[in-house]
Amino acid sequence: MADYLLSLMTFFPLLGMLILLFIPRDNDGLLKSFTLAVTLITFLISLPLAFDDVFTVSGGMHYREFYEWISLGSFFTMNYNVGVDGISLWLVLLTTFIMPIATLSTWKAVEKNVKGFMALMLLLETALIGAFISLDLFLFYIFWELMLIPMYFMIGIWGGKNRIYAAVKFFIYTAVGSLLMLVAIIFVYYYAVKTGAPIEGFGVQEFYRLSIPAEAQHWLFLAFALSFAIKVPMFPLHTWLPDAHTEAPTAGSVILAAIMLKMGTYGYVRFAMPLFPEALQTYLPYLALLSVVGIIYGSLVAMMQDDVKKLVAYSSVAHLGFVMLGIFALNMQGMAGGMIQMVNHGVSTGALFLIVGFIYERRHTRQISEFGGLAHKMPIFATIFLIITLSSIGLPGTNGFVGEFLALVGAFESGLRWYAVVATTGVIFAAVYMLWMYQRVMFGKITNPENEKLKDLSAREIILMLPLLLFVFWIGVYPNTFFEKMNPAMEQLLNQVKSKQVAVVEPIQPALTRTFDSK
Amino acid sequence: MENLVQIAMQNVNLAAILPSLVLCCFGMVLLLVSVFSKRGRTTHIAWMSIIALAVTALVTISGWNHPQQGFAGSVVLDNFANFFTIIFIIAAALTILISDAYLQREGYPVGEYYPLILFSTAGAMWMASGTDLMTIFLGLEVLSVALYVLAGFFRNDVRSNEAGLKYFFLGAFSTGFLLYGAALLYGVTGSTKIAVIAQQLSQLPNAATNPMMLAGAFLLLVGFLFKVAIAPFHMWTPDVYQGAPTPVTAFMSAAPKAAGFAALLRITMISLETIQLDISALFWILAVLTMIAGNFIALSQTNIKRMLAYSSIAHAGYALVGVVAWNQVGMSAILFYMLVYTFMNIGAFAVLVLAGKKGEENLTLEGFSGFGYKRPFLGVAMCIFLFALMGIPPTAGFTGKFFVFAGAVKAGYIWLAVIGVLNSAVSLYYYLRVIVYMYFRDPKEDFAWVKLEIPAVVSIVLAIAGVLILGILPGPVMELAKMAGF
Repeated sequence: MADYLLSLMTFFPLLGMLILLFIPRDNDGLLKSFTLAVTLITFLISLPLAFDDVFTVSGGMHYREFYEWISLGSFFTMNYNVGVDGISLWLVLLTTFIMPIATLSTWKAVEKNVKGFMALMLLLETALIGAFISLDLFLFYIFWELMLIPMYFMIGIWGGKNRIYAAVKFFIYTAVGSLLMLVAIIFVYYYAVKTGAPIEGFGVQEFYRLSIPAEAQHWLFLAFALSFAIKVPMFPLHTWLPDAHTEAPTAGSVILAAIMLKMGTYGYVRFAMPLFPEALQTYLPYLALLSVVGIIYGSLVAMMQDDVKKLVAYSSVAHLGFVMLGIFALNMQGMAGGMIQMVNHGVSTGALFLIVGFIYERRHTRQISEFGGLAHKMPIFATIFLIITLSSIGLPGTNGFVGEFLALVGAFESGLRWYAVVATTGVIFAAVYMLWMYQRVMFGKITNPENEKLKDLSAREIILMLPLLLFVFWIGVYPNTFFEKMNPAMEQLLNQVKSKQVAVVEPIQPALTRTFDSK
Repeated sequence: MENLVQIAMQNVNLAAILPSLVLCCFGMVLLLVSVFSKRGRTTHIAWMSIIALAVTALVTISGWNHPQQGFAGSVVLDNFANFFTIIFIIAAALTILISDAYLQREGYPVGEYYPLILFSTAGAMWMASGTDLMTIFLGLEVLSVALYVLAGFFRNDVRSNEAGLKYFFLGAFSTGFLLYGAALLYGVTGSTKIAVIAQQLSQLPNAATNPMMLAGAFLLLVGFLFKVAIAPFHMWTPDVYQGAPTPVTAFMSAAPKAAGFAALLRITMISLETIQLDISALFWILAVLTMIAGNFIALSQTNIKRMLAYSSIAHAGYALVGVVAWNQVGMSAILFYMLVYTFMNIGAFAVLVLAGKKGEENLTLEGFSGFGYKRPFLGVAMCIFLFALMGIPPTAGFTGKFFVFAGAVKAGYIWLAVIGVLNSAVSLYYYLRVIVYMYFRDPKEDFAWVKLEIPAVVSIVLAIAGVLILGILPGPVMELAKMAGF
């Protein structure tokens, strides 16, 4: 089973989708339960990865599968080449973990054309997992583009008022970036062929060993970086995100925020940085600058929003800024902070979008001014909302603190000291916009009579949130569970990046485990 | 005299034209059948043409890897020709499957329609297998004359008449260029045989600067560039595509384009090897012009048929990138791309054929509002074809484009590849817009007139299968395309 675990996990949802097509289209209950079952089973299939200790020992790729796919000799070769290491491990698990939750969130929210929605959800899950486990750039590209199609339809068909604009913008923004990356991918391949380097198709691990001349690296890096920067999104390429997030249905926003944005950051870590380390060195300050601008800008804009969902969307821009800053620190703390912050953002922002969905389903508005005093009517909701808000701000004891703190420490310790100083103000801004929003929505007197009738969370909604709350505290209190599996892979990655760079800026810090290990 | 006939007969080798021979025989029999059939009855002729194509396909496949030469070296049936022949057969078969109900609906159930398609397919085959400029010219004429008639097939419809006439005048004009070019090349080299021209030019001192030779080569190329609708010779395309009967447009956008590329490849890559750099430079510019013209004008179209006409110009531009690359990857990529394009484009036209009302005034973006909800099968099919035309994986449109751009990058034409992918980014907008209308808008009509005719559905299902199989498992067919290169 372990031999086929990754393929099973990737294509099980696709199989589910094909079966789903035979369920009658008016049987909404069955369609939803079936999708939930498929996503849950996928989660169970992926679970052995979380308990496998091999990741604590070795930073290489595990659960490898390798089949020849397209083999044309002197023309080109592509392989079905997949595997996970400590870096992709948690993102894969985040995906399989969020999907059932997102599915459950559609119970009341999606009523129109349920069959189509569920089919797209399952197709999307296959594409997402596939992109995280691909080790062949061609295969990666296929999954990477494939995920656009379901999300495009989700926003366009089930979205809000401005959905068409948002859907088309989302699609075109993301596709433009990736098309340039495609040319870069082909270039790298033929460069490798020309120099006679040993390669396995478009296998990225073999590409790591190439020494691409600096001049070519610059262009290639920019092509990759642009594609991933759009997906992250980094300032100033973020403008598709507020539109897409605001218009998408709740499940779509959750997946978009929790998983799809991680594609961009993951792309930097897996492809752009280790493939072109010398170019990275040149562009690092600029990219770090954009990350910091993103943090500050995202926070300031979030502060001024009167729509809860837009506020959360802009907060994503800021949060992803922390992730990028941590990664660009190029040391163990920063990298660990960035990586764990990816998971955190998935958990916290995913939860925030669910929360926005809860109140939207009840009131069909997301304007902050329409609410106020909800805490009186919905005590359970108020508690959960508060915990998630605090985790999003990064209060110690919650997951957000661990990630942001480490990312900032990492940046401070590296050449990006002043960037870190400025970025820290983002933490304060986050407290301002989140708490202010929480206060206006939840506290005070009920001013709008419509809010008098609000019901507290149902059992389904509570069940939906519980697993997310669990991870808010788990990562917040004992992040070592996650770090111990990430560390070897991160160490290997940093070695790879730094070994090629002209002057090594600093030695690699001792494994982060010690920072948090009480022993 | 008798002696001459004997010599000629020795060189004939009918095996070299066997597929087209079979097809033409069937075509002539079907012409007779249509004369003796009851007026308005054409379905049996359609099915017999499918059988004709199937037999031709079998003959073609059995000739794979057994190259045949005939007619004193002016025709060759190599893998290259066989691969293209299969493309033409697929295009013709998919077209015929969508034609019958359409002709009935539009009120022109005339039996000659099918033989004309078969003849023009045979003409396309000669273009792919011709190794003499005269054979290629002959094929081009047979292909074109049949198409002139088909474009103006609806003789009471003004647009169809316009299409037929415009195609005829401009086509005849461009053929004139082609012949004049052939004559000049003959003047320089003393032969119309592609291989002999190549040999003579390689021995000619200063061949690359010989004005007669350059003029000849240029005029010759104009003829083919016109046929495949490369800018600035693309002006006829939108009017002809929009005016012609939709199945004919589908056929026209696939088979003649592929045939044009077949001839273009053989002539440029063999005879004109000496001026390879000039041709690559010229085609570099033309490819960019074509992609930009096709994509940017398509942006503002509201009639879907016309939009697809401009998109077909853009696709010719992508394919031309493969010629610029001038390597084996680029060449095989064109073969593969033409096959893919046949599936995705005829598939899209097939959906239009079914979605249209009599007169086809409703084939506009507005007219497609909510189409996906009322006609789920056709909606999904159209989406697959549109995503393929955009070049989004896992459709064949992606693998095809990848193959072409890989050829360009391998040859060092990075900027051309970059311009190409940016152009396909532009194209996203107008293809997506069709999907926007189909799915993101509420239906205004019930589309009750849309009947899922079985032959047309078969055609669409085959096209979907082609688009998905070539997209997910392109290996085997790419291997064939690789073998077909020379």
